[in-house]
Amino acid sequence: MSFDGSVILAALPAILSGLKVTLGIWVAATALGIALGFVVAAFRHFGPRPLGLALRLAVEVLRGTPFLIQIFLLYFGGPFIGLSLDPVPAGLLGLSLYAAAYFSEIFRAGFLAVPRGHVEAAQCVGLSQAQIVRRILIPEMTMLVLPQCVNMAVILVKETAVLSIIAVPEATAVISALGSQQYAFVESLFLLAVIYWGLVEACGRAGRALETRLSKFRFA
Amino acid sequence: MTLPAPAIAIRRLSKSYGRTEVLHGIDLEIARGATTCLIGPSGSGKSTLLRCIAFLEEATSGTILIDGQPLGFEEQAAGRRVRLPPQRIRKVRSGIGMVFQQFNLWPHMTALGNVTEALVTVKGLSRQEADARGMAQLRRVGLEARARHYPSELSGGQQQRVAIARALALEPEILLFDEPTASLDPELTGEVLNVMRDLGGEGMTMVVVTHEIGFAATVGQRIVFLDHGRVLLNGTPAELFAAPRHPRLTQFLETYLDRGAAMLLKPA
Ligand SMILES: Nc1ncnc2c1ncn2[C@@H]1O[C@H](COP(=O)(O)OP(=O)(O)OP(=O)(O)O)[C@@H](O)[C@H]1O
Ligand SMILES: [Mg+2]
Repeated sequence: MSFDGSVILAALPAILSGLKVTLGIWVAATALGIALGFVVAAFRHFGPRPLGLALRLAVEVLRGTPFLIQIFLLYFGGPFIGLSLDPVPAGLLGLSLYAAAYFSEIFRAGFLAVPRGHVEAAQCVGLSQAQIVRRILIPEMTMLVLPQCVNMAVILVKETAVLSIIAVPEATAVISALGSQQYAFVESLFLLAVIYWGLVEACGRAGRALETRLSKFRFA
Repeated sequence: MTLPAPAIAIRRLSKSYGRTEVLHGIDLEIARGATTCLIGPSGSGKSTLLRCIAFLEEATSGTILIDGQPLGFEEQAAGRRVRLPPQRIRKVRSGIGMVFQQFNLWPHMTALGNVTEALVTVKGLSRQEADARGMAQLRRVGLEARARHYPSELSGGQQQRVAIARALALEPEILLFDEPTASLDPELTGEVLNVMRDLGGEGMTMVVVTHEIGFAATVGQRIVFLDHGRVLLNGTPAELFAAPRHPRLTQFLETYLDRGAAMLLKPA
């Protein structure tokens, strides 16, 4: 068997549509994960204790089980509790919840890492609790957690490939199907590796550029 | 003749962490317009006392009056302490500024941003008005030129001067300092102490926890020596440092020989 690039060219439209789904789900799940993760972290940090414990349990379950199992359970087990979702919404929901669990831990650690003295200085000049959260805690926490957030986004790109098992028409599903139809396994797997690595690299670069731009806000 | 009310009146103030009492019924009056230096061995409760005055810690019992107004709690006839409503607490607290050993500037705001933050969010001033006032305070500490710098772009001494400007911006009656130069390199302590000296000269009421005995002896009008959670000595520098000296104070000063106290120990 020889490496035949023409197979790839012929199937370009299908590949591009798969890529679009991968990108769409990745960006949406990252955004939803950050938003939900932030809310969870805020409730765990500032909210009542019972709620915090319940959220903690949910986070531990999501972090303590393989994403593959979670997505299977959501897609195939969901209908038993009246949650029948199409592949794309199921994949998006599953990945967002998974992402939220990790982001919430990142944000929680971030809240704890803001020096107490910065909050006390704000209290001393009369900022209210809500103003302290908005003006001091959130911006400082964001600076602190930026590298871990980029790291998490990178992990999420790669996890989108798992969604192929519930037939989400993303890059892995589309391209590996193409590979089996055309007997071009090596070519398709190689292409997939290049695509994911390209996305990861781009994300990493964007993250580092952002960090550099924000570096003057670093802790003195 | 009635004496003016002291800037701060502390009565039978005790503070415990869990079961350990670290302040044992402190009685202390801080004179208006004077610089009072709080000295004492490590762990004697200086920071705790200062933080109680800033209401960053809540005393376990006793009262603090700021300008005659109860801070945080009010003692009622039956000796019960009741917590005052948040609004009143904030009102009294607004007369007090605090400067920390670790500066505690907010890293995501410029020097000017740090100074004007409360003017905008708390006082509701317009951006322009706040900036004008903020610049005036930065000028006061000699840092006009650094207004647009972030804390990470400033030296320790400059950061501490910004922190002083931030506290001054709210025009407090009283400024509290907790070892303001303790985390600075020796060559940077001077610029901060000079700013504080100027403020003292302008008649600001200041309470300064410090290990800079030289500063305490020359700028402090009152020295309070704290030992094991009690006020052991309270007087002018001349009274405290002149022989015969209290043995605990002598012992304390001897441990600070290398920190500017040597001149005080020379036999007269
Ligand atoms: N948050 C806390 N929890 C428990 N104990 C505390 C706490 N803060 C202070 N203490 C204890 O209270 C006592 C007084 O501490 P404080 O920090 O007021 O001393 P200090 O005079 O400021 O000392 P230093 O010169 O080292 O700053 C110490 O024994 C300290 O261990
Ligand atoms: Mg201290």
